[in-house]
Amino acid sequence: MEILSQSLLHSVEKARVQLDSHVREIIDWHFSPDTGCPFWLEFAAKLEFDPRKEIGGYDDLRLLGHFQDEWLRGGPVRRWVPKAYADEPVYVFETGGSTGIPKSRISVRDFQIDYEIYSETLSDSSFPRGSDWLMLGPTGPRRLRLAVEHLAQHRGGICFLVDLDPRWVNKLIKYGKHQELDAYKSHVIDQALNILRAHETIQCLFTTPKLLEALCEKISLKKAGIRGIFCGGTEMNAQFHRFAREELVPGIDFIPTYGNTLMGLACCKPFNLADNYAIIYYPPQPRAVIELVNPENTEESVDYGETGRVMLTTLTKEFFMPRFLERDEAERAKPIESYPWDGVENLRLFSELQESVVVGVY
Amino acid sequence: MIHIPILRAGRSYRSLNTVTVPHVKTGEPIASVSQANQGLIAKDLHEVDENRRALESFSVSELLVICKEAAQLFAESELPLNGTTQSPDEYIRCLSATTGMPESLCWKNMAKIRLMLEELEAVLGGLTRGLDLSVLDAGWGVQDGRHLSYVPQTDALGAVLPNNSPGVHALWIPAIPLKTPLILKPGSLEPWTPFRISQALIEAGCPAEGFGFYPTDYSGSSEILLRCGRSMLFGGGATVDPWKTDPGVQLHGPGQSKIILAEDTIAQWEDYLDLMVTSIAENGGRSCINASGVWVPSEGRDVAEALASRLSRIEAKPLDDPQAGIAAFPNPDVARQISNLIDNHLKVPGATDITAMVSGSERVAEVAGCTFLLPTVIWCEDARHPLANTEFLFPFVSVVEMPQKAMLEHIGPTLVVTAITEDRAFKRDLLTSTVVDRLNLGPIPTNQISWEQPHEGNLFDFLYQQRALQISTAT
Repeated sequence: MEILSQSLLHSVEKARVQLDSHVREIIDWHFSPDTGCPFWLEFAAKLEFDPRKEIGGYDDLRLLGHFQDEWLRGGPVRRWVPKAYADEPVYVFETGGSTGIPKSRISVRDFQIDYEIYSETLSDSSFPRGSDWLMLGPTGPRRLRLAVEHLAQHRGGICFLVDLDPRWVNKLIKYGKHQELDAYKSHVIDQALNILRAHETIQCLFTTPKLLEALCEKISLKKAGIRGIFCGGTEMNAQFHRFAREELVPGIDFIPTYGNTLMGLACCKPFNLADNYAIIYYPPQPRAVIELVNPENTEESVDYGETGRVMLTTLTKEFFMPRFLERDEAERAKPIESYPWDGVENLRLFSELQESVVVGVY
Repeated sequence: MIHIPILRAGRSYRSLNTVTVPHVKTGEPIASVSQANQGLIAKDLHEVDENRRALESFSVSELLVICKEAAQLFAESELPLNGTTQSPDEYIRCLSATTGMPESLCWKNMAKIRLMLEELEAVLGGLTRGLDLSVLDAGWGVQDGRHLSYVPQTDALGAVLPNNSPGVHALWIPAIPLKTPLILKPGSLEPWTPFRISQALIEAGCPAEGFGFYPTDYSGSSEILLRCGRSMLFGGGATVDPWKTDPGVQLHGPGQSKIILAEDTIAQWEDYLDLMVTSIAENGGRSCINASGVWVPSEGRDVAEALASRLSRIEAKPLDDPQAGIAAFPNPDVARQISNLIDNHLKVPGATDITAMVSGSERVAEVAGCTFLLPTVIWCEDARHPLANTEFLFPFVSVVEMPQKAMLEHIGPTLVVTAITEDRAFKRDLLTSTVVDRLNLGPIPTNQISWEQPHEGNLFDFLYQQRALQISTAT
C-alpha cells in the first residue's frame, strides 16, 4: 500500500512538472505575435508585464486574473483564432445557452484530439472497433455532435444521428409545457428506435441520462445489441449511476463522462463498487485543469473531500482560457494512478446559481 | 437520524440521493429522505398494472374493513419506518418540527385522517351516490333492473402532494377501497403523513403493492403526472396552471374561499362573527377551504374592524404549546417576503390594513426561535384591488364591499362559498354559478367538510367511467 502511495506520489509530481512545462509552452504560443490570437495579444499589450517572462507554471496563471464569462459571448469570434491557424478551416461551437447569449469557442482540431485521447480509455470489447454508433444527444451548434461522430469514425465506425435541440427543451421546461416536452422526447426516442431497429451494426451508444431512461422504457438495449454506453451531456449523480447499472442497462458497459465545450472531455474513475457509485471525473490534464476553489476567496483551493466552485483552465494551442469560474461545484477528489492529478466528485450546478439557471435535461 | 425510504410497490428502496429535512426552529436535521430519479419512477409505472391486480384480489368490502383497522393503527400504533418504528407521538413531533404546524393542530389533522379511514364506507356512498360497490368487484351489476358497469380509467392514481396541511391527505385515501394503487410524491417537508397512512394500511392487510411512495424533484413529479392515467396535483397557481388543460390531472390549487353576507342578512353581521373567525383561522389558516375573503354589500369597514379585533387575539406561540393556533414558516425569508408583498400591494389605493390599525403590532413575529405571520385583515373598497381576491399560508382575509348583484361577477374561481342569505333569487344565482365549487347555504364554516359531499372533483368519477353494457339472455 505504501509502495503504491509512493508510486502515486511520484506520478503526481511527474504530472505536475509536465503541466508546468505545458503551461509555459501554451503561454509562449498564445502571447507570441507569430502564433497568438488577437484577443490575447491585445490583452497582453495592456499588461504591465510580459506573460512569457513572468509565467513559469500553472500557479503563475493567477497573474492573469480570471477569464471572464462575457468575453466569449458575442463576436467577433475570429479574435480567438490563433495566427498560426489563420488559414485552417475553423469551427465555432456554442455552450448550452441556458443563460442568455451562448458562449462561443472556436476549434480547429481540438474536439477531434480530445475525443481521440478519450478513445484510448474505452474498452475494445465493450466499444468494439469497427462497430457503428448512435449519437442520441444535443446537436446543432454544440461540439458534442461532431465530436461523437469523430469518435465513432476514429474507432472505425459510422455514427447515426438524431436531431435534438436542448434550448427548445429548456424553454418547454421553463414555461411548464410538460405535455409538449413529453411529445418532443417521444419524437426523439421514436427516431432512435427506428435507427436501432434498422441497423444491427450499432453496438455503441452516446446519450444523456434522461434520454437513456426514456430509451430504456421502450427497448432492451442489450437485446438490441448495444455493448457500450458513453453517457454524459448533463449532470449525473450516484443514484442515477447505480440505477443505470442495476436496472436500466445491466450487463452493458456504462461509462459516465463529463464534457463541455470549453474544457474538452473528463474521464470517470474506473468503476469500483467500493466507491458506492460515486461519480468522480478527472480532467484531460495537461490540456485542461480543474481546480476547486473557495467561492468566497477564489485564490484558495479547498481541501480533499471539501466542496468548492469549479475553476477551469483550458490549455491548448487553439484555445487558452485561464482560471474560468464555472457555474458548477463539486467535492475535490484525490489523484489515482491512471489520472495522477485532482479530480472532482459529485459535480453539480453551483448552489448559488441554482434558482437562476434552467439545467438542460435533454 | 431518521431515514425515509422510497416505496416501490410497497418495498423499501434506499436511494443514494437523499435530501435532509431540517427542524424549523433549530435547523438540526430531522430526517434524510431518499429521492427517486425520474427513470426509476417511469420504470415502476410500467409495471403498475400488476399492482392493480393485487388490489383487485380483494373485494371493496374487504378493503373497507382494512381501512377501518388502519384508522386505529394510524392514530394509535407504532408503525414501521425503515427498519424501526414510529409512535403516534413521534409522528406528531416530526410533523410539527419540519412543517412548523403546531403540535395541537397536527393532532387535529391526525384525528381528521383517522375519521376519514373509519368512515370510508360513507365517503364512498357520497362519491358514488349510493352505488352498490360490489359492482366494482364483479365489473358489473344490476341496479333498478338495469345493467350497470364501470371501467377503471387508470392503473394508478398519482398524487403530487403539498406541505401545508396533513388533512389534505384524506383526499386520496378513497383510491384504496376503489382498488386503485397509489403513486405518492410527498411534499418536501411533509413525507410523514403519506408514509404513515401507507404503513397503517399495509399493516392492516392491504397489499403492499398498492403503495408507491416517491420523494422526488420537479422532473419526477412531472413523470408521475404524465404517466399516471389519473393524478391529483396540489400547489399554488404557478404549479397547477401548466396542467389546467390535462383532463387526467385533478387540480387542487388556490382555494380563495369566501363568506358572502347578502343584503338581507348584513344588518345581523355580528351574529356571524364567530363563523367568520373560524372559517379564516381554523387549522392556522393554511387550508384552501379557509376563508380568505368576506364579501359584503355594506358595512364592510365595521366588519373588517370587528374581525381584526377578534383575530388579533391569536398570538404566535411555541409549537408545543397546546394553545398554539398558527404555524411557523419553515423558511423565515418566505414569511418576510409575503409580508413585504402585502405591504407593496397596500401602496395601491383602495385597501387598508385594519389589523395594523387595531392591534398596532408587526405582521411578522418571532417567537421561541420560529417566525410567524400574525392574522391580517385588509379592508378593500375596490374589488379589483390586488389584495381583494388572494390567499396566503396564514390567517389572511380581505373584506370586500360591493353591491350584491355584482358579487358573483367579481368573486372569480372560488373553492368554497358560504352564503348567508334567505334571498331566493340570490340563492338561485349562487346555485347556478360556475365559479363556485362547494356551496354552503347558511351559516356553515367554509372549512367544515362533509365527506359525503366531495368537492374539487369527485374521485370516483375521476377513477371510473360508466360504460354501456348489454348481456344476452339467450342461452
